Amino acid sequence: MSTRQFGARVERNIDPKLLRGEGAFVDDIPLPDALHVAFLRSPHARARIVSIDASAAKRHPGVAAIYTSDDIGTLDVEMPLLIPHPSMKNPKTQRPLARGDVHYVGQTVAMVVAVDRYTAEDAAALIEVEYEPLPLEMDLAKALTDDAPLVHADVPNNLAAHFIQTSGNPDDAFARAEHVTKITVQVDRSTAAPMECRAVAARWDAVSGELTVWDGTQAPISVRGGLASVFELDEDKVRVIAPDVGGGFGQKVLLFYPDELLVPMAAMRLGRPVKYIEDRRENFLGSSQERTQIHTIELAALRTGEVIGLRDFFLHDTGAFIPYGIAVAQVASTSIAGPYRIPNIFVEFKAVYTPTVQVTPYRGCGRPQACFALERAMDQLAEELGLDRFEIRRRNLIAEKEFPYEREGLLFADGLKVTLDSGQYGKALAMAAAELGAESFAAEQAKARAEGRYLGLGLACYVEGTGLGPYEGGHVKIHPITGKVYVNTGLSTQGQGHDTVFAQIVADQLGVSPQDVIVVEGDTKAFDWGVATFASRAAVVSGNAIHKTALTVRKKVIEAAANMLDVDPDQIELRDSAAWVKGSNRFAPLAAIATASNPLRYAFNKAAQAATQFARASKHDGPPLADGQAPGLEATDYYSPSQSTWAYGVHGAIIEVDPGLCTVKIRKYVCIHDCGNMINPMIVEGQVLGGIAQGIGGALYEHLDYQADGNLANASLMDFLVPYATEIPNVSILHLETPTPLNPLGVKGVGEAGCIAVGAVVASGVEDALRPFGALKFHQVPLSPNMISYALETAGY
Amino acid sequence: MARTMKAAIPDRSADAEVDVSMTVNGEAVSRSVSVRMLLSDFLRHELRLTGTHVGCEHGVCGCCTVLLNGRAGRSCLTLAVQANGYDIRTIESVASADGTLHPVQQAFKECHGLQCGYCTPGMVMNIVARFEEPGKLDLTDEGIRDLLSGNLCRCTGYLNIIAAVRRAAELLGRA
Repeated sequence: MSTRQFGARVERNIDPKLLRGEGAFVDDIPLPDALHVAFLRSPHARARIVSIDASAAKRHPGVAAIYTSDDIGTLDVEMPLLIPHPSMKNPKTQRPLARGDVHYVGQTVAMVVAVDRYTAEDAAALIEVEYEPLPLEMDLAKALTDDAPLVHADVPNNLAAHFIQTSGNPDDAFARAEHVTKITVQVDRSTAAPMECRAVAARWDAVSGELTVWDGTQAPISVRGGLASVFELDEDKVRVIAPDVGGGFGQKVLLFYPDELLVPMAAMRLGRPVKYIEDRRENFLGSSQERTQIHTIELAALRTGEVIGLRDFFLHDTGAFIPYGIAVAQVASTSIAGPYRIPNIFVEFKAVYTPTVQVTPYRGCGRPQACFALERAMDQLAEELGLDRFEIRRRNLIAEKEFPYEREGLLFADGLKVTLDSGQYGKALAMAAAELGAESFAAEQAKARAEGRYLGLGLACYVEGTGLGPYEGGHVKIHPITGKVYVNTGLSTQGQGHDTVFAQIVADQLGVSPQDVIVVEGDTKAFDWGVATFASRAAVVSGNAIHKTALTVRKKVIEAAANMLDVDPDQIELRDSAAWVKGSNRFAPLAAIATASNPLRYAFNKAAQAATQFARASKHDGPPLADGQAPGLEATDYYSPSQSTWAYGVHGAIIEVDPGLCTVKIRKYVCIHDCGNMINPMIVEGQVLGGIAQGIGGALYEHLDYQADGNLANASLMDFLVPYATEIPNVSILHLETPTPLNPLGVKGVGEAGCIAVGAVVASGVEDALRPFGALKFHQVPLSPNMISYALETAGY
Repeated sequence: MARTMKAAIPDRSADAEVDVSMTVNGEAVSRSVSVRMLLSDFLRHELRLTGTHVGCEHGVCGCCTVLLNGRAGRSCLTLAVQANGYDIRTIESVASADGTLHPVQQAFKECHGLQCGYCTPGMVMNIVARFEEPGKLDLTDEGIRDLLSGNLCRCTGYLNIIAAVRRAAELLGRA
């Protein structure tokens, strides 16, 4: 028997290519005679454009074209609102190039196309724009007041959306409460900062009428649909390829960014390939950001620590536009009760326009904010009731026998009721306590304090709704010449190892090695049904679609092989790229079976001879392909989840704070997580570790420093502090595998899991470490040395 | 959308050019390039050696790391003309001609030390440079973190890269 591949630590198929420098990212693809784009961007957060004079820029040697909003014809309209929702009264999306007003620093005002990027940037600097600066308000709460300056003249109070959801009877719960705790917490603005910035290249073939676009996007099929619509081309004439993509983390799921429309437009107009390769500064000034939310959360509890009600009101900063709808705020509001029973919930948010880069999902998508609010409140409740932090959580975690656990009245980002499907929450908490050495920690802490060292234990639990619909597909075909298996799905990959995990799923069904499964995605010419890579959904949605399809192909292989080998189908087993008669040496290679399943006229090789019309094996009654039969060993199928499946975990850390230097050192980090059955534990751990590192960035370092005038003061990797290896501690990951009953593979998503709880863990640990100085509170992340210094000073240290 | 051919599109900038000659991956190359062309652009777009990536163009991320006369350096902070006469090595030179991975590359694969692979060539070049230096390698947790402290990775969280450095040292008999 072949070794089962599902669940094995299979090394990745894609690695040799990437390691040899043979990856093909957008800017690596040779496009002879390509022209290059640079944008002129607004230096003002709010201003009216009085005039634009591009005459000097147009005369600059090497410039092919300059476009302002006056020059882009039918593209000069607001770009699509991707996810409409009734809570938005007057949703704003931006135009490809600003017309009239500018709404944030970095907004695209003009596009230069030139022979190279150097020349294009020179010419952009020669464009004279006269601005009339307008007043602005950067503070979320003040922006909502009646006399606040407006981001959009026709949106009163800068209110982008207002939404309330209720589950159970929160008023009654608060009336019954024996204790109520209330805190206000804040998570600051951050950005995904993928190592490859965004990139778009386009080639228009005037002879065939075909537009080819290479786009480092998470959503190539959606981009294709949008481009066909905008340019009024048949879908078949637009090919969108997401080649190798250097990280995405949500930032690359938004469509459209201005360049995604303007680059194809320029390629069509100029008859030359055109490229836009975003630089790092532009990634900070022009590509989506996330995170700022201010939550005021109240927990209604009994004296036992049982939380019977929750009220949360939060402000969500949506930036200057809201193209992705309320997704981030909605995910935050529906994740607000975490893994706890809390049967009565009132959650309200206001999404606020600010004159900053638009906010769309970044890894976590509102979950880190909800987790930070809830877990900080749980710590405070524990303290006020005199309970241990583990104990109060233990008393509130949903028990295994309570699944599925519904939160009636809360609709998740897929529009469906929040229903936590499965898990071993209590066991995960116990494992975290054991791995952290929680029982002996108090003694360790006391000993360290006696030596003048300040250790604290940080703790947080999280849940993550994963695997959102609507659907994805899978196409599986056995190549007749090589016998290799060719697999497609409608996603694109940014480092998650799709080509390996999907190969593992197929390998088990068809008895081949994962190295003989070729997964092709991210190309609308290869497969063009599907949605995108987002919301930790690839393994769940595409994984199950591919699994279903592989089962169908398996059945076809077995039937064809039984026919060829003249035995009953139940006598056939698949292994080593062949179908074997059980308990014998008789076999037929998959290549031969695939060839024989495809009636041929021409014998192009030895195997093919057997499939030609006069061969003995081809004898049949009726036509070579029976009615309803398809040639070859191939199938396509789809998986559409009935609801999201909820992963969860518990994180904890031992943290040391130096009160003199106000520095934080993570001495030990523990992660217990459960994403259901793991297809490839090595890749799961990679996803979790990467998420934790981003979480540590968000907990301690990464903060977009917008000034009062709307300028971003740290738009570089020199000043926006992405952690290096020197900032990331060793992490101990322990797995639980509770299969979800919701899909055939029993899998849940894992892409975003790692980052969710880290901010809450770090703040919890720092508070615990500094307890000897008083009850210092840390209710904001990233938690900077300044905050520690201020808190210590306030406490008289 | 209508197809219209506008006035002739220029095919060159007005930049002054300069002749540069260097050895790249063992081959002598000479080109006439813009005086301000970055070495990273020279390698990527003049020589089509696109394995060297560009992540920030301000010398922080390390994606563009190549070896200049055997020492790791940022090709995004170096002008092509500054590299005149240098011996340059890029990621394309690291594996064997038949594609067999170098032990550092092999270690990355075994340890899942890469995800999207964008920072990887720069990481590998930096590590290869350090492994080629004589003397004992500091393979403690802190020592390896220090070795990697000039390269950003946004996907892996570094721990598997740290493991890969240790594994590479084993494979190269440097452990």
